[in-house]
Amino acid sequence: MKVLLSWLREFAPIEGDPAELADHLSDLGMAVEEMRMLPPLDGVVVARVAGLRPHPEADRIQLVDVELPGATGEGTGGALQVCCGAFNMSVGDMVPFATVGTTMPGGLVIGERRMRGQLSQGMCCSAAELELGADAEGIMILPSEFELGAPLMSQLGLAGDVLYDLEVNPNRPDAMSVAGVARDLAARLGVPFRIPAPVVSETGEDVSTVASVEIIDADLCGRFGVRVIRDVSIGQSPLWMQARLTLCGMRPINSVVDVSNYVMLELGTPNHTYDLALVPGGHLGTRRSAGGERLVTLDGSEREMLRGDGLIVDRDDRPIGISGVMGGENTEIGDSTTAVLLELAWWDRLSISRTSQRLGLRSEASMRFERGTDHELVPIALDRFCELLDRVTPGGVSVCRGRLDGRGDLPPTTRVRVRPARMSHLLGRRFSSDELRGLLDPIGLQCTESDDAAPRGAEPDDGALEVTIPSFRPDVVTETDVAEEVARHYGYQRLGRTVPRSPEPGRLTPAQRLRRDLRRVLVGAGLSEDMPNPFLAPDAVRQAGIDGADPVRLLNPLATEESVLRPSLLPGLIAAAAYNSSHRNDSVSLFEIGVVFGPPPAGDADTAAADTSAAAVLPTETEHLGAIWADGEAADAVHLTELIATAFGLRFSLTNANDLDGMHPVRAAQVLLDGQAVGVVGEVDPVVCERHGLLQRCAWLQVNVEPLLAAASAAAERPYRLVSTYPSSDIDLAFAVPDGVQASQVRSTLVASGGDELRSVDLFDIYRGDQMDPGTRSLAYRLRLQADDRTLTDEQVADIRQRCIDAVEHAHSAVLR
Amino acid sequence: MNGPATDTPASTAADVSPEALLASIDAARGQGLAAVAAAATSDELAQVESTLFGRKAALGQIKQGLGSLPPDQRATVGRALNEAQQDLRAAHAEAADELAASARREQLQREWLDLTETPPGPERGHLHLVTQTTERLEDVFVGMGFTVSEGPQAETDWYNFEALNLPAAHPARSMWDTLYLDLGERTELGDGEGGEASNVVLRTHTSPVQIRVMEVQPPPIYTICPGRVFRRDTADASHMPVFHQIEGLVVDRGIAFADLAGTLEEFTSAYFGKAISSRLRPSYFPFTEPSAEFDITCVICEGAGCQTCQRTGWIELGGCGMVHPNVLANCGIDFEEWTGFAFGFGIDRLALMRHGIDDLRDMYTNDIRFLSQF
Repeated sequence: MKVLLSWLREFAPIEGDPAELADHLSDLGMAVEEMRMLPPLDGVVVARVAGLRPHPEADRIQLVDVELPGATGEGTGGALQVCCGAFNMSVGDMVPFATVGTTMPGGLVIGERRMRGQLSQGMCCSAAELELGADAEGIMILPSEFELGAPLMSQLGLAGDVLYDLEVNPNRPDAMSVAGVARDLAARLGVPFRIPAPVVSETGEDVSTVASVEIIDADLCGRFGVRVIRDVSIGQSPLWMQARLTLCGMRPINSVVDVSNYVMLELGTPNHTYDLALVPGGHLGTRRSAGGERLVTLDGSEREMLRGDGLIVDRDDRPIGISGVMGGENTEIGDSTTAVLLELAWWDRLSISRTSQRLGLRSEASMRFERGTDHELVPIALDRFCELLDRVTPGGVSVCRGRLDGRGDLPPTTRVRVRPARMSHLLGRRFSSDELRGLLDPIGLQCTESDDAAPRGAEPDDGALEVTIPSFRPDVVTETDVAEEVARHYGYQRLGRTVPRSPEPGRLTPAQRLRRDLRRVLVGAGLSEDMPNPFLAPDAVRQAGIDGADPVRLLNPLATEESVLRPSLLPGLIAAAAYNSSHRNDSVSLFEIGVVFGPPPAGDADTAAADTSAAAVLPTETEHLGAIWADGEAADAVHLTELIATAFGLRFSLTNANDLDGMHPVRAAQVLLDGQAVGVVGEVDPVVCERHGLLQRCAWLQVNVEPLLAAASAAAERPYRLVSTYPSSDIDLAFAVPDGVQASQVRSTLVASGGDELRSVDLFDIYRGDQMDPGTRSLAYRLRLQADDRTLTDEQVADIRQRCIDAVEHAHSAVLR
Repeated sequence: MNGPATDTPASTAADVSPEALLASIDAARGQGLAAVAAAATSDELAQVESTLFGRKAALGQIKQGLGSLPPDQRATVGRALNEAQQDLRAAHAEAADELAASARREQLQREWLDLTETPPGPERGHLHLVTQTTERLEDVFVGMGFTVSEGPQAETDWYNFEALNLPAAHPARSMWDTLYLDLGERTELGDGEGGEASNVVLRTHTSPVQIRVMEVQPPPIYTICPGRVFRRDTADASHMPVFHQIEGLVVDRGIAFADLAGTLEEFTSAYFGKAISSRLRPSYFPFTEPSAEFDITCVICEGAGCQTCQRTGWIELGGCGMVHPNVLANCGIDFEEWTGFAFGFGIDRLALMRHGIDDLRDMYTNDIRFLSQF
């Protein structure tokens, strides 16, 4: 929302340093995104075209003799000579003239120079060159009454003006107008605010004889005001109006459209004009569409209505406009228009919002209707339109007597009970009733002493006020909303700063702390954390060999490549490994701790349908740890499981497994924790690697984080085991073990049979080769034996040794070597 | 044993005068010292040792002959003999030490190593910048008495919008470009109308976690909710469809807007340093009232005005406000008894600011050349 300081001043005597005013605006919640001091343009003055001559050497430029008091030059009769590329002016026209030495808004400094041999002693300016309008084609032609030689900006009434670009929050419909901004700022500055009453001289017939209004759906349209203006001649609006509109971001079109936009900017009341001659009987009706109706809007597009969309219809129920969004082409104002039917309505916010969003037609008008316009301004805005159109039309217009004022459902006036104690509680500063009045009355929130004595809630009711909410603040509905207004006008910065203290100490949960530890274990093991996109292409899931999962789909993805939620961390991590490999970093080790998604938990069909609880409806989310070693082997991943186990005092067991999704067919195992499968470890299926352009082996570990951290949390409390002070003995045992038996099984057997005195088992040598029978390998273990309370005798050591040998040979068809 | 030695003058039985004995002691001492000095290795010194000491050694033989001297002369010669022997032992011990030390020096020299030629060993990995930033933020808030809450990333419409005072047709819903999940098959189990699945969204903020906390935990509540959030945004230098937010929630008796301002100020100086302060500006969010925008002193220019802060000296960090009474009511909390505030801001942007990263997308390429810098 752009506002000019000079325009604000038409509503309140706002004075002060423009930068300080900007601070006030920001502090009031209308953040100043840009403040522009309009360039004084001192060197740009009003000059007269005294003569036009062709350039002897060029067709596209002509020579202009410029008359400027006190200046003489190379032109005819001592006038200044200017080379000019525009041909729209005539002798006698007043034009803006940039004298030599002027710095233009764009930074260009005007100098005396020669163009194709002809001297140019200044520049005649277009509106665009002065940043006062959109027209870049022709020179601005100024009104003949402008004073010759006077500075242009002062003649335009823009000298010293300031343009503020404000960011207006959706809950401030009032700030979508010059008047509304002025009201807020005036309240802050403590100066009076007033919307001047428009003066309309009504010279035409009674409006009811030429126009009529019918509100068919009262919930759509709360108020429908109409005026009729005759003797309209469509022309250009005056420069001051064009300049204001341009500076505020609207493109000047013609006098009627410009006045319409001017009133919208000024009062926040969008309005629409029809060519009365094209509206049969001057009748306007409004109703909701039943759906399927078609209409060509002003932008030339044919629009199809859905059930519930708001329409303007003519006497024959034919659509001629979309309520609050855009008018129809068939009743559009044209150059031949002489009578204007003016509509100024109040629409239901949600209806406008729905229709404009669906049609993709977000206009300055719909934006204001969506936020809520002020229905009480309807008659004033109608009159303001007539007043302005009369002023900008040469010879004036003839306004028909009276207004039509159709009424539908308007929101009732809101009254809010405001307790000073509650305000003080919410804001952290004590406010008296009088202080509250002082802050609220100037912004139109009228306070009266509440006669409702019934106390409500916990706050004392002393000095309660009844606050009547004005029609331009539909956003203020509750006592808390009023608190924001109090805070805003008192000043957020002036409210104190206190720090509340939690009665409990701050802390992370054990799982949150252990998750941090886990990340550091992984980093210590040389892995770097990445964060791949959790959105995948359906194909990427298959490419990673994840065949078992039916991934959760997005309903409105940005692209097919991001249309499903990852069912596994593998696709993301292998893609990241491939990315690095393709950038000549072939052996990265990466990990991620992140959520993978699955379909909502399956219940039996009958209860599932009835169960709409979040837990039943939402997809399952499981937090996984994924780790990948590009150019790594299964051992890398297995070692990491051991490292994690050591770090958290856990023991994983591995079970070789052959058909795990995305995994190498014979180099993969399930990771078990207390007998429960919590992950997989091994190498990525070489086919999957190749699909990603990875020719090296990739090791992979995936662990379900929740059970891991739960076990770690329990293990964190493990009791101390006394370190034995008695000597230990080591024995080495090598077995020939069939390949079908996992080393981990042999180990388990040793642990189980070794008894309490067996303190550690280390697999220290593996041998496959000529000295072994085919299908077997040698596994050599070192067992350390120790007792807590005595030195083990040779006989006791021999006993344990034999027990272990017997157990392994018996359980695994193994043979001691 | 009295047998005369044949190879030294001192051993000649013919001359046993004290003068002669003293002369031969002196000579033996001189020879011994020379032999010790001549030994170049520990082995040679060991050989010399056997010729210096013991009864067969020159001094040893002289000592054996002492008995034949008259007592008064025996004392004089004996003293000389002891002195000579002590000299030799001292010289020998010194030589032995020196030779051992030099042998060790030589041994160590042979172990010479250029430590700079060591091949690279195991490397440490790197935590992602988002993790590092999140943990730093968590630590500051934990220090201020907050707990850390987590919740699901896919949420029902209720938790993401409705409970936050954003009913179905609320125009402010367009403030978030929402990604919806297609759980179509399930919906068909329901009333068959379809479209119901559209009420499962990827959370657009971590506010639903606040709702979940308030539903189960009676006040007082002091918690933060960091986490991953989703928007239907095309990736560019400052937007990602997937990014990270941290929100805070306090609900207690007597909580006021001033508590919000004070808490944010305390956080700001704890996280950014004493030179950085905060300010609040009126704003609008459906779930807070009053609402505010939360600015901090520009961390680049410390308020002097620069390009980053568009010469204002301030940068916008996030949004905040007093929890809307409707939100408290939706969670079954009596808003007359309890009041609260909430705030939220982006984590990713803090990481960018801290390290001078211009393009948010760089943080998510997973390029090891990026990751390994932090």
